[in-house]
Amino acid sequence: MKGIITVLGKDKVGIIAKVCTYLAEQNVNILDISQTIVQDYFNMMMIVDVSKPAKAFEALIEDLQGIGHEIGVEIKLQHEDIFNSMHRI
Amino acid sequence: MISLVEVQETNKMIREMNLDVRTITMGISLLDCAHPDLAVFNRNIYDKITRLAENLVKTGEDLEKQFGIPIINKRISVTPIAIAAGGVHTDTYVPIAEQLDKAAKEVGVNFIGGFSALVHKGFTKSDRILIDSIPEALAVTDRVCSSVNIGSSRSGINMDAVKLMGDIIKQSAELTADRDSAGCTKLVVFCNAVEDNPFMAGAFHGPGEPECAINVGVSGPGVVKRALEEVKNKDFETLCETIKRTAFKITRVGQLVAQETSKRLGIPFGIIDLSLAPTPEIGDSIAEIFQVMGLEEAGAPGTTAALAILNDNVKKGGVMASSYVGGLSGAFIPVSEDHGMIEAVQRGALTLEKLEAMTCVCSVGLDMLAIPGDTKKETIAGIIADEAAIGMINNKTTAVRIIPVIGKNVGDIAEFGGLLGSAPVMAVNPFSCSSFINRGGRIPAPIHSFKN
Repeated sequence: MKGIITVLGKDKVGIIAKVCTYLAEQNVNILDISQTIVQDYFNMMMIVDVSKPAKAFEALIEDLQGIGHEIGVEIKLQHEDIFNSMHRI
Repeated sequence: MISLVEVQETNKMIREMNLDVRTITMGISLLDCAHPDLAVFNRNIYDKITRLAENLVKTGEDLEKQFGIPIINKRISVTPIAIAAGGVHTDTYVPIAEQLDKAAKEVGVNFIGGFSALVHKGFTKSDRILIDSIPEALAVTDRVCSSVNIGSSRSGINMDAVKLMGDIIKQSAELTADRDSAGCTKLVVFCNAVEDNPFMAGAFHGPGEPECAINVGVSGPGVVKRALEEVKNKDFETLCETIKRTAFKITRVGQLVAQETSKRLGIPFGIIDLSLAPTPEIGDSIAEIFQVMGLEEAGAPGTTAALAILNDNVKKGGVMASSYVGGLSGAFIPVSEDHGMIEAVQRGALTLEKLEAMTCVCSVGLDMLAIPGDTKKETIAGIIADEAAIGMINNKTTAVRIIPVIGKNVGDIAEFGGLLGSAPVMAVNPFSCSSFINRGGRIPAPIHSFKN
């Protein structure tokens, strides 16, 4: 199962590091990363493999939200199906 | 693989344009609950509803989290009680309504629909008991919704029922006079009612439905509005194409949520209902869509055409996105739940007569509008008859959910609270239709019903 992580907020040092460290701890593999920075606004997306995470998907969602809160950005983890269903036939 | 742009588009719809799954509605058949003893019947329906819907709310909340999309309401619709309770020895169904209310509260759904009767051709004894119980049932319960089907394209209009419903609406208003007659906000009179509608207050689990089914209602007036802002001043082909594409995307999300809900609960998926249903929130309004389409206010000349475009293209996009599109699918035009419609009424742009014209091309009918509390019951019946005639002749569902607000007059505001919003009291044509309504009997089926 794949998940999509999005990070939205003001750019600063260490956003990716923080998220990646957490994912490594949870045995979540990163398959793809893309990002844009528009007028200091950080916009990142990761496609991650969550087939064998250390914690349940719901718990990962909450943890990532918490990390986002700590560093002042918004972090979301969603099941990839919502994007597939909307954008792929 | 999914691209950053696509992910951003979806999340922007959710975050900024109020895209949501409006309701997951579980339809439950109560036919096997039949019992002549009221107490046993009540126990049976309570047990069945609480057993099947035990995990409905939890499942909705789990999916909301997993997909990151709000799922606003979890609801239940049941077999019309006039059918399910037909064999019960009693002369009032109010205790059944109370039992439904109790079951709804137990499983945590915010509405339960199906305190209903289908009387388009005539009344059974049970239909009469049900309809007579409606005013009190709506006054003593919080979450029970009621509907009565009084006509169809196939069988004509039961004018005795139309007349009776004028009276029942009036009684419901009077019994809840202390709450701006809010009892009437939970009562819908239909022509051509659909059996799998997931939206309240008109949802019931029709007699042709399976034991249990998951029906999902998706909405997103805000998403359509924003998409149309991108094509301002372009021609009608571009306008229609944009609505269709947007409706497609919205419906696909509903389809996903419906399938997942169905899988997790082990209950078959029924239909997706893609209805642009406004909420009182800014940016979640049908009237705002009209403005982006080029009308100064809802109700201006051109509004019926704009609504026809909207309704038709929402259906076209939706049908492409899911194999089982059903319910009412289209655009709703409730007044009290749409701040733009309220504004249009207050500015004098939108009248009851213009709304009636709009119901010829919207997906339902006259919805959530307040009229003076001293409106005669025959006049209310006349409004129902007009609406039913539009439905019967045009082969579409029409409905009337009208609130004669006791003690209030044109220009006053009725407050219903929460999702139901508030409504300015609208003027009603003062001329009488009493002699017409009091004729009694049935309007025969229209010529185009003879299709066999």
